[in-house]
Amino acid sequence: MPRIESIKKVLVIGSGPIVIGQAAEFDYAGTQACRALQEEGIEVVLVNSNPATIMTDKDIADKVYIEPLTAEVVEKIVEKEKPDSILPTLGGQAALNLAMELEEKGFLEKSGVRLIGTSSTTIRKAEDRQEFKDTMEKIGEPIAAGKVVTDIPAGAEFAEEIGYPVVCRPAYTLGGSGGGIAHDREELEVILENGLRLSRVGEVLVERYIGGWKEVEYEVMRDASGTCITVCNMENIDPVGVHTGDSIVVAPSQTLGDKEYQMLRTSALNIITELKVNGGCNVQFALNPDSFEYCVIEVNPRVSRSSALASKATGYPIAKVTAKIAIGYNLDEIPNAITGKTYASFEPMLDYCVVKMPRLPFDKFIHAKRTLTTQMKATGEVMSICDNFEGALMKAIRSLEQNVDSLIFGSYGDMSDEELTKELEKIDDMRIYVIAEAIRRGFDYNTIFNITKIDRWFLDKIAVLVEMEKKLKEAGELDRELLAEAKRLEFPDSVIGKLTGKTAKEIKQLRNQFGLHAAYKMVDTCAAEFEASTPYYYSVYGSENEVEELSKKKKVMVLGSGPIRIGQGIEFDYCSVHSVWALRDVGYETIIVNNNPETVSTDFDVADKLYFEPLTAEDVESIVDLEKPDGAVVQFGGQTAIKLTQALMEMGVPILGTSAENVDAAEDRELFDEILEECCIPRPKGTTVFTCEEALNAAHDLGYPVLVRPSYVLGGQGMQIAVSDEDIVSFIEIINRQTQEHPILIDKYLVGREVEVDAVCDGEEIIIPGIMEHIERAGIHSGDSISVYPTINLSDKVKRVIAEYTRKLAKSLNVVGLINIQFIVCDEEVYVIEVNPRSSRTVPYISKVTGIPIVDLAAKVIAGAKIRNLEYKPGLQEESEYYAIKKPVFSFEKLRGAEVSLGPEMKSTGECLGVSKNYNEALYKAFLGAGINLPKYKKMILTVKDSDKIDAVDIGRRFVDLGYEIFSTRSTCRVLNENGVPAHPINKLEEESPNLLDLILDDKIDLIIDTPSQGVGRSRDGFLIRRYAIETGVTCLTSLDTADALLTSLESGSRDNLSVVDIAQI
Amino acid sequence: MDAFLILEDGQVFKGKSFGARKEVICEVVFNTSMTGYLEVLTDPSYQGQGVVMTYPLIGNYGVCLEDAESVKPWHSAFIVRELSRTASNFRSEQDLESYLIANDIPGIQGVDTRAITKILREEGCMGGMITTNPDFDLDELLPKLKGYQVKDAVKTVSRKEKEHFPGDGLKVALLDLGTKSNIANSLNKRGCDVTVYPAFTAAEEILGDQPDGIMLSNGPGDPKECVSIIKEIKKLYDSDVPIFAICLGHQLMALANGADTRKMRFGHRGGNHPVKDLATGRVYISSQNHGYVIKKESVPKNLAEVSFINVNDKSIEGLRYKGKNVRTVQFHPEASPGPVDTAYLFDEFIEMMKGAKNA
Repeated sequence: MPRIESIKKVLVIGSGPIVIGQAAEFDYAGTQACRALQEEGIEVVLVNSNPATIMTDKDIADKVYIEPLTAEVVEKIVEKEKPDSILPTLGGQAALNLAMELEEKGFLEKSGVRLIGTSSTTIRKAEDRQEFKDTMEKIGEPIAAGKVVTDIPAGAEFAEEIGYPVVCRPAYTLGGSGGGIAHDREELEVILENGLRLSRVGEVLVERYIGGWKEVEYEVMRDASGTCITVCNMENIDPVGVHTGDSIVVAPSQTLGDKEYQMLRTSALNIITELKVNGGCNVQFALNPDSFEYCVIEVNPRVSRSSALASKATGYPIAKVTAKIAIGYNLDEIPNAITGKTYASFEPMLDYCVVKMPRLPFDKFIHAKRTLTTQMKATGEVMSICDNFEGALMKAIRSLEQNVDSLIFGSYGDMSDEELTKELEKIDDMRIYVIAEAIRRGFDYNTIFNITKIDRWFLDKIAVLVEMEKKLKEAGELDRELLAEAKRLEFPDSVIGKLTGKTAKEIKQLRNQFGLHAAYKMVDTCAAEFEASTPYYYSVYGSENEVEELSKKKKVMVLGSGPIRIGQGIEFDYCSVHSVWALRDVGYETIIVNNNPETVSTDFDVADKLYFEPLTAEDVESIVDLEKPDGAVVQFGGQTAIKLTQALMEMGVPILGTSAENVDAAEDRELFDEILEECCIPRPKGTTVFTCEEALNAAHDLGYPVLVRPSYVLGGQGMQIAVSDEDIVSFIEIINRQTQEHPILIDKYLVGREVEVDAVCDGEEIIIPGIMEHIERAGIHSGDSISVYPTINLSDKVKRVIAEYTRKLAKSLNVVGLINIQFIVCDEEVYVIEVNPRSSRTVPYISKVTGIPIVDLAAKVIAGAKIRNLEYKPGLQEESEYYAIKKPVFSFEKLRGAEVSLGPEMKSTGECLGVSKNYNEALYKAFLGAGINLPKYKKMILTVKDSDKIDAVDIGRRFVDLGYEIFSTRSTCRVLNENGVPAHPINKLEEESPNLLDLILDDKIDLIIDTPSQGVGRSRDGFLIRRYAIETGVTCLTSLDTADALLTSLESGSRDNLSVVDIAQI
Repeated sequence: MDAFLILEDGQVFKGKSFGARKEVICEVVFNTSMTGYLEVLTDPSYQGQGVVMTYPLIGNYGVCLEDAESVKPWHSAFIVRELSRTASNFRSEQDLESYLIANDIPGIQGVDTRAITKILREEGCMGGMITTNPDFDLDELLPKLKGYQVKDAVKTVSRKEKEHFPGDGLKVALLDLGTKSNIANSLNKRGCDVTVYPAFTAAEEILGDQPDGIMLSNGPGDPKECVSIIKEIKKLYDSDVPIFAICLGHQLMALANGADTRKMRFGHRGGNHPVKDLATGRVYISSQNHGYVIKKESVPKNLAEVSFINVNDKSIEGLRYKGKNVRTVQFHPEASPGPVDTAYLFDEFIEMMKGAKNA
């Protein structure tokens, strides 16, 4: 059927802030969908609270609402914009839940808006545990024996019936939040209690444990005519028990014969047929490795993280096709953009192997449990492509950027075999390295399989890599054959060098001598059956090269930002994509290198050429050798790209924009101090040290508190505030656990207002779109602070000084392109604390709220344009009449054991925005967007460190005025009571019941404000309070500044009549 | 040991030998299936051909003999990027290499199968040779490769004796032109009593057994070579017994009724070919293996209507003969390997037989 003509205006719902389990993949999906709809002349209204996304650009949608994703807000937008349809299947679970809420309330019917794509009946059948079970039983598709329970006794009874272990899955939660495997009644009670609370409908499915079975996923599509196809199947190397988002995944499946492959494919197609899904759908199966027995684990009737992966793995744009189906097209009416000859009604055939690895945040949360379970923990992922599995795995490992570039990792060498066997039993992110060590020691496959249940085929592939390590180690002279084989398996030169006692450079010379070079193959959806012109490539060794010259234009290479991790999120993909678009506009042929399958930048039609490759010097150099770009741009891809600057220069590739020396000058303490001195710009006093003794001396000179941090790091990694000698000793010890090439910085810690600017400089003049002020005082990482634009507490004089300092610094550092500067304002004095001559986290935010496309401007400046000739007047731009407040969002509930309190090290995974002409309302919306919807029960816990006690009085009084009942531990309570604020004393955790814990578990608490003391002396009690709060879904604030902002938002009474703002009109 | 794949256009690919060590000349074709290498190897339609698997990792799950589509593999040679050294599957009985050795089929691995596929796509399927002898003389060899044609293919692969697969239901005569075993299985599974006849059985003999329906199987080679079989098929057509034909059977039925076939440049071989049912508009993903196709314009208007077309190249994928209980399809509803989406056609065949019986 051709397109439904009555669809003229569509509301697309995005997925909101990035949290674990719901990340950049929905920006990719949403962006593709919006473009697919616009292509058809449909007016697109977009709502998403996440400002760091590309989909919220005004050139992606016609109307853009960066508003909290709540039913009330969406209703307001519908009333204002009057769309005829809502497309809910491209914004993840968040959008699906929201659409269901609107449907169930009767709002959609009342306002005459239809859900397009998949219907609410379908969504319910797939998402509601009981309906899903009934549906599967109806069509004879097996599911693991299970029962939906709404209370603990019923769950326990069922578990006794089917026998432990059992898996618990709460209904309607994302990333499997609150789920888990219970081995006995005690564990079951803990998991169920948590799961029932987190489920939107208070339901948890308790089912037979099928851990150890193969986990296989199918990405399928269906159109309204009933045509069904499979886009891709994927096999998890980690068997059932580890969330697919945390598993190492390979596409297509490797250990399934055609009978098994077709059995599951047929099942998946039967399921979408019965569910009547229109568009993309994900079906997850467990397959018994010893029989044809299988069961359906889960069906997601929407695009998902897996569908983004499948799209990138095959070249089949699932989100785009889903959008086309939603407006009526059939699959055989949608052309395959890659071949131009075939249609969307075919099944992609791969002639390569794809490996996905998760990026886990344990480097940020060193105390969090590393165990991988059915609850997802990864913040991002990498994908790699090769014509052999070993090569794809090796590429994926180094794409993760965790200083690991082979299977030789971890300190297992000294372990006894018994200890190593114990390690094998741990299901965590280190397992693959443990397996490699076990194979090195000669453990047989059966032993490893019996413990891990990882298929012997994968074990054998790991063995191939381990054998190559051994061959290289034992090779006297490295001959061509051995080197060629090592390269075919994607051993990087550095690893070959280490194993053969040579340098990476010597290996490279040897490669050149033997003529061993990477070749590039095309991803074409059809295994070369049809001619394709997709400029989407991956490298292999030992095959013919397929890359062709596209044009005679000047070529620029844009380096992407790799996997999403805390501190380097989706915002850098935003910057990369916009720079590509801008550089293409000014006449360059653009080449993008990246390895993150979730992103827009790795969509094959963003740049003129896409290389899906690890972002290491060697991998980039192979591309440079072939493409010979006229320049490279590193300033948009975060630290990942910046780190490659030196290497690119050595390859002879000119760095476009700010030069490497100037990047260094900003990072090098002494050079930077000189520049500041020349410019007469003050900074907090500080010095660089290497040893603990030097650090102690420096701290004494400066006076406590001081800030301690390594240089050249991401997101404040390793940064700490020290208040005593004891802290210094401890922090330096932690920092020096990893060898430091660069000195450690010790600075005086100033308590003031933190302020941030992003600016574009052409070497002479600058444009500052606006100044952003942080709500939390200095000491909390800027990425974790609430950020306000325009500023509310700065005098005009201070603003002028900031603009002037920015100009001077940008000029002195010869910045060409973007610069981000962080200041502290303390008693009307402005101090510089950090300068980054590159794009920053706040770039998308400030671009959107000011309407000034700074990445675009920066890219043009990099390409040689002068600010005078771009349509903006230099200097600080006029302030907007709208307040735009950016609120960080955290994923603490996903990470058992992670410390919740905020500090100089960044912990947030995403952000949302509140926009309004009214400051208080903007603030309210920012909190609402972050999921803080208060008040509910009007009960709270307030317990603060000694230095906060005076400030707490005012906070407490204001909450009481709002009708809150306050519970406090004794010392805080005393201070509150003495100052006339009513509060109940409550016992600490370790004291007898009723204590704080009982109060939290009683479920009647809105909010916990708990400010931890700084330094190593922090109490275990506070840590536990905060963890309990998070795990029971209670809002927990660890800074009085945040609490103050929350109060301000609540006091305004904004809740009742929220305005909605189309930022495309700003 | 090194092995060489020599194509008739003079291009040579060097790889490693596996399977049987012997020199063969064959027609080189490619197959895009990602699973089902054993089913591909044992499909008699590949008689005389060397098959390039475009999926690079082959042999991963070993050999499960019950999946074989006939008694033995028919390929002249097997050409893969990488042969798995481990066979991992609960049903695996042996690894692929030992299976090929046991069946005397040579293989070559470590060649750039994608590059070869692109050559075949551009230049069409061509003659080729696999050898482990490095001292080949191209000048002498190339004319031989160019002249290579698959000859007497049906005769080679078809069984020599009638075979009976009993069932309680309708009686089906299956003409074995190189049949995959899953055609008989699919009918058997639906209760049919199936008798399989050698390809050169006279129509009278088949009709004399009074079947409720006749099934014409898939098979190898150039359909026009099957002159005598075509004559017999015409008689079957005229008998008014319901007929369902697959692949080569589909082509022979068309030839028997005056339509024409042509050789395709590189054919359809794989498990992802979209065919559209023109009656319902629904598209099915089908398993295919053919190098010849019925010429569209050659089908007389009053003879048959096109029931299925290929979504990609719009070629004929199925015919419904007018005024007759005769349906034929170019693709493989019996799958193996590939999607089973069109298995419902066997049910339709049964309905057609029932209808004819009741009439």
